[in-house]
Amino acid sequence: MSKLPLEGIKVLDFTWVIAGPLITKCLADYGATVIRVESMARPCFLRVSGPFKDRVVGPDNTTYFAYFNPNKYSASLNLKKPVGLRTARKLADWADIIVENYVPGKLAKLGLDYESVKKTNPDVIMLSTSGQGQTGPMAAIPMTGMILVALTGFMFYSGWPGEDSTQPFGPVNDFVTPSFALPAIMAALRHRKLTGRGQSIDLSQLEAGIQFLAPGMLDYTVNQRQTGNVGNSSPEAAPHGVYPCADSRWCAIAVFSDNEWKAFCTAMDHPDTADDPLFSTFACRKRNEDRLNEMVGQWTIKHTPEHIMQTLQNAGVQAGVVQNSRDVCEDPQLKARNHFWSMKHPVIGDSISFGEPAILSETPAQPLRPAPCLGEHTEFVASEFLNMSEQELIELLSDES
Amino acid sequence: MNSLLEDIRVLDLTDEKGSLCGRILAEMGADVIKVEKPGGDASRKIGPFYHDEPDPDKSLTWFAYNLNKRGITLDIASNNGWPIFLKLIKKADIVIESFPVGYMQQIGLDYIVLKTINPRIIMTSITPFGQTGPYKDFVASDIVVQAMSGYLHLCGDPDQAPMRISIPQAYLHAGGEAATATMVALYHRENSGEGQYVDVSAQQSMVRNTVNAVPLWLTYGEILERSGAFRVGLGKNLRARQTWACKDGFVNFLFVAGILASVAGSSGLTDWLQEEGIATDYESRLKDFDISKFTQEEWEEMEAPVARLFLKYTKQELFDEGNKRRVSICPVHSPQEVLDYPQLEARGFWTEVRHEELGSSIKYPGSCIRFSEMPAPGLRRAPLIGEHNMEIYRNELGLSAAEISRLQKLNII
Repeated sequence: MSKLPLEGIKVLDFTWVIAGPLITKCLADYGATVIRVESMARPCFLRVSGPFKDRVVGPDNTTYFAYFNPNKYSASLNLKKPVGLRTARKLADWADIIVENYVPGKLAKLGLDYESVKKTNPDVIMLSTSGQGQTGPMAAIPMTGMILVALTGFMFYSGWPGEDSTQPFGPVNDFVTPSFALPAIMAALRHRKLTGRGQSIDLSQLEAGIQFLAPGMLDYTVNQRQTGNVGNSSPEAAPHGVYPCADSRWCAIAVFSDNEWKAFCTAMDHPDTADDPLFSTFACRKRNEDRLNEMVGQWTIKHTPEHIMQTLQNAGVQAGVVQNSRDVCEDPQLKARNHFWSMKHPVIGDSISFGEPAILSETPAQPLRPAPCLGEHTEFVASEFLNMSEQELIELLSDES
Repeated sequence: MNSLLEDIRVLDLTDEKGSLCGRILAEMGADVIKVEKPGGDASRKIGPFYHDEPDPDKSLTWFAYNLNKRGITLDIASNNGWPIFLKLIKKADIVIESFPVGYMQQIGLDYIVLKTINPRIIMTSITPFGQTGPYKDFVASDIVVQAMSGYLHLCGDPDQAPMRISIPQAYLHAGGEAATATMVALYHRENSGEGQYVDVSAQQSMVRNTVNAVPLWLTYGEILERSGAFRVGLGKNLRARQTWACKDGFVNFLFVAGILASVAGSSGLTDWLQEEGIATDYESRLKDFDISKFTQEEWEEMEAPVARLFLKYTKQELFDEGNKRRVSICPVHSPQEVLDYPQLEARGFWTEVRHEELGSSIKYPGSCIRFSEMPAPGLRRAPLIGEHNMEIYRNELGLSAAEISRLQKLNII
């Protein structure tokens, strides 16, 4: 096994649901020691969400939690009890990095906010990533995934012409946030190595999400234009969209240049169509896009999406199967890249997670251990990392919840 | 130190597939130099455009993701350009590129070559499917990557075709992943002195956006389908509305969250319905609440009063009143409403950036990373084509004016 770039870095994880745990997952994948602080009384949403192994509901049976939390340790602490809080504060002193996504203000009440922790751990790095940031009039409003998606504007950009907007899938901001949080944490860690100074980082998931819609925001601030509800069309390509194939499946196709258009027509076995005055130039194809899409659909419906993809890719045209979760699990490309990790989990058996989307030549991320059971490492963490006395340990474990 | 990465130089060869990576590094203070082919990178042709004038120096997409970078032009593949690029490599820390797999090798600029010139160099490649595997040579724009990642299948209404978010997302996720991995490599270099090669797959960077679709397939053998404005999987075959019409648009509200809050006793919604006289029996209906036992019909009966409540009020009223009552209702924002949202204004999120050559300033989404150890970075507009050629070729590489003009004539820079 090659060396891990974050070996020896200690991370205290006060996050839950997806955005925060994804951030700490990445740090753990690169070798950091990540301790997730959990609560038996108020377990993470993913701990109580399915799917569950053998359909038995339980915090250690959920393959959803396991998917997003490999390589971490779990300490179960009741922060409402003195011993639990004391232990959390000790962990805060132990940590190089703390990642948290509490509603702003909550950690200060527990004496676990940056200003408090800094007094005893002056070079700590703390990343706070709440829905709307640490300051401002709306900071304390609790946010959940889809609500942020609506607030950010992602829904505005999801809709068919002439219809109401619909929802893109899932809590998009949760997946955007790590894109900024992780480079920020790594820059802060490097800064600390060079200068000895820690710091706090405030990352609003709303502001992060807006970065992913920046061209649309600029179209408004510059051109006063708001263009939602365009379906799958693109101002740069036609045909562009998702086309029906055999067996109620779909294939995505995107044709940008005239050369790609010619290649597309040849691949479709209709080379003459390339010069059809209805479609011969990009402007024509945009003008007659409905007819164009209908014609493409008449070809694609006769084939499997795999056939369409392969035929068009052979011709250098951008095309890909609209894969469902089964297709993704069987995708030869993802297999060749070892995208999915399988680890032995004491309750789940073969527990599936996923590797980092980047492969580093010298220090690639590694599947080290499966996601922890809830509180699996409370004793280990207290005795090995905090050197707690036996008496304290007994108190902690008897009070654990 | 004024910025966290002020000692780091990045050569950014990417098009739209990788721009965000350099933008993130530039925001943290790195000196990011966009290296474009003479005449400008093809991604400058992506709209929308400033005042709808299609011009490579007026692309708003280019503006958005190339802030705080400098820009030079160089034909890195030409006999004359190649050695100049290697000179730049000597002084660089990071190279980011998004060419098709094999292109950098073909022009003699793959990692093995760059490493020989500068052993500490970190090279990051962003491609649709990565540098290895059966699909490595497949071409893929945003919608194709979204399709292949399993994400697109889940977006849109169940009775219609899958539908993407119309502002391209896949290569932003890839760019974010590239920035992360590049920073991990940089940290490793601080510890070990060794550079490395970073291979980013855009497809892989989006698979995780499918949330629990993969666990659902592997655990239950169930394929998650798209459900549009509804949330599925909460109860057996249950579709729970998540986007609701209100007086002046739409709001997002997950009924279950409201109900569970009520059950837990903190209740906003029940009291609200009661006070409005819309549903006076909600309290009793919620007794022994078990979502898994509801039929779709019964569920819709539960939803109907809530739908009536929402139709009485505007988005803003529902948001404000909901916040008071701790019921999570949120407006579906248009760009204009995002811009007017007071929280963002209060945090100073929007940033005016001067575009001298346009004779105007443009309001941008500002930086979303706020470091206590680094003053908020001012935003500098994206570079014009070849804007910093003289600065870099003459002042830094010491090329003479005559040499520069010769290279320009040869279309090398």
